[in-house]
Amino acid sequence: MEGLERIVLEHPFFAGLEAKLGPVITGCARNHRFDPGQYLFHEGDPADEFYLIRHGSVALEILPPGQPAVVIATEQAGDIVGASWLVAPYRWRFDARARELTRAIGLDARCLRDKCEADNHLGYEMMKRFLPLVVGRLEETRLQLLDVYGKHRA
Amino acid sequence: MSQAALLDPLVPLAYRVRRTRRELPDIATLELVPVAGEVPAFLPGQFNMLYAFGIGEVAISMSGDPAQRGVFVHTVRDVGAISGAISRLGAGAIIGVRGPYGTAWPTTDAEGSDVLIIAGGLGLAPLRPAIYQVLANRARYGHVAILYGARSPSEILYRAELERWRRQLDVQLAVTVDHADASWRGDVGVVPKLIPRAGFDPTNTIALVCGPEVMMRFTATALLGAGVPAEQIHLSMERDMKCAIGLCGHCQFGPDFVCKDGPVMRYDRIAGFFAVREI
Repeated sequence: MEGLERIVLEHPFFAGLEAKLGPVITGCARNHRFDPGQYLFHEGDPADEFYLIRHGSVALEILPPGQPAVVIATEQAGDIVGASWLVAPYRWRFDARARELTRAIGLDARCLRDKCEADNHLGYEMMKRFLPLVVGRLEETRLQLLDVYGKHRA
Repeated sequence: MSQAALLDPLVPLAYRVRRTRRELPDIATLELVPVAGEVPAFLPGQFNMLYAFGIGEVAISMSGDPAQRGVFVHTVRDVGAISGAISRLGAGAIIGVRGPYGTAWPTTDAEGSDVLIIAGGLGLAPLRPAIYQVLANRARYGHVAILYGARSPSEILYRAELERWRRQLDVQLAVTVDHADASWRGDVGVVPKLIPRAGFDPTNTIALVCGPEVMMRFTATALLGAGVPAEQIHLSMERDMKCAIGLCGHCQFGPDFVCKDGPVMRYDRIAGFFAVREI
């Protein structure tokens, strides 16, 4: 198994993936290195890649008008950054900033979407991995919205 | 329970505020010593009824070290008339105290197991006695992880102690906040998100959880998802307690009274009641 394929398959996101799908996914993958403070992407940019974080951490930020950026979540090694590549019009909905030296595998979104269209089994494997991630983030966001530690806590 | 409380459990004893500490703008920690007599022993997780004279009585968990005899320590948040009055008491003030009451964190049963301590907001206060006890007997436990969630970086409780525990090499400590600006270097996200990184053996873990009820429900679900059996998850419940001795029924939660069957309760025994309205 080549180095990049091994790294992709060892990422927790792809735990349990059939070995035969490894080369298919790795065909859309490339290595990234982000310096502290460097942005992976900005809100509104085309969501043409998503990231498997291997090392470091990434802050997901929203910039309210006239105010400093608000960090809505942080993601670490073993996490995924980016789900907007799955949903038209494929534009990022927030900024992503490396908080420290961060190494990641980028997966080309168009390449992977095309392969998922052509191979529904691969598409289903991707859906099984992304859906719990998206539902989990929805639940986390709901918990944040409840402001449970506020004075009128839930 | 003290001898005096056994004789007349609804009559508070007079305590003097020995020292206060402003933890956060609306949260204070009070050290209470008896005007006469001795301070009864307590177990981590238990609570006292604190009486602000002329205003009312409220249940407040112990937040001090159970090994430190001669003083009750309570951390109080100003959320109403009674807690507000108590949180503003100064050194030398007199307060009424009944207790200790309630069930304890299973720190002894947890010996030999991994211990996962998960707190949200002020929920760190009722867990602090258990943390003191576990750390004082560190060799008796497996992996120890403390996971703490706060609203924002400026609302982190016991910050100096958290930093001290983090420096301890045999304790894993993680802090996350719900909201932050870009100057915060730590994690942002809800406290259940820290669980997968806590590095514990789920089948041999005792989880102690305290915080707002919604936070505990999400946390218990995340623990179950991580493989921790429901009977190994313990929550500290909060209800409006009045008599604190299982007579009045104000704190009824399903078939239990939180004051005497709790506040520390096993998740498998109470999980079915969380979704019941007007319980």
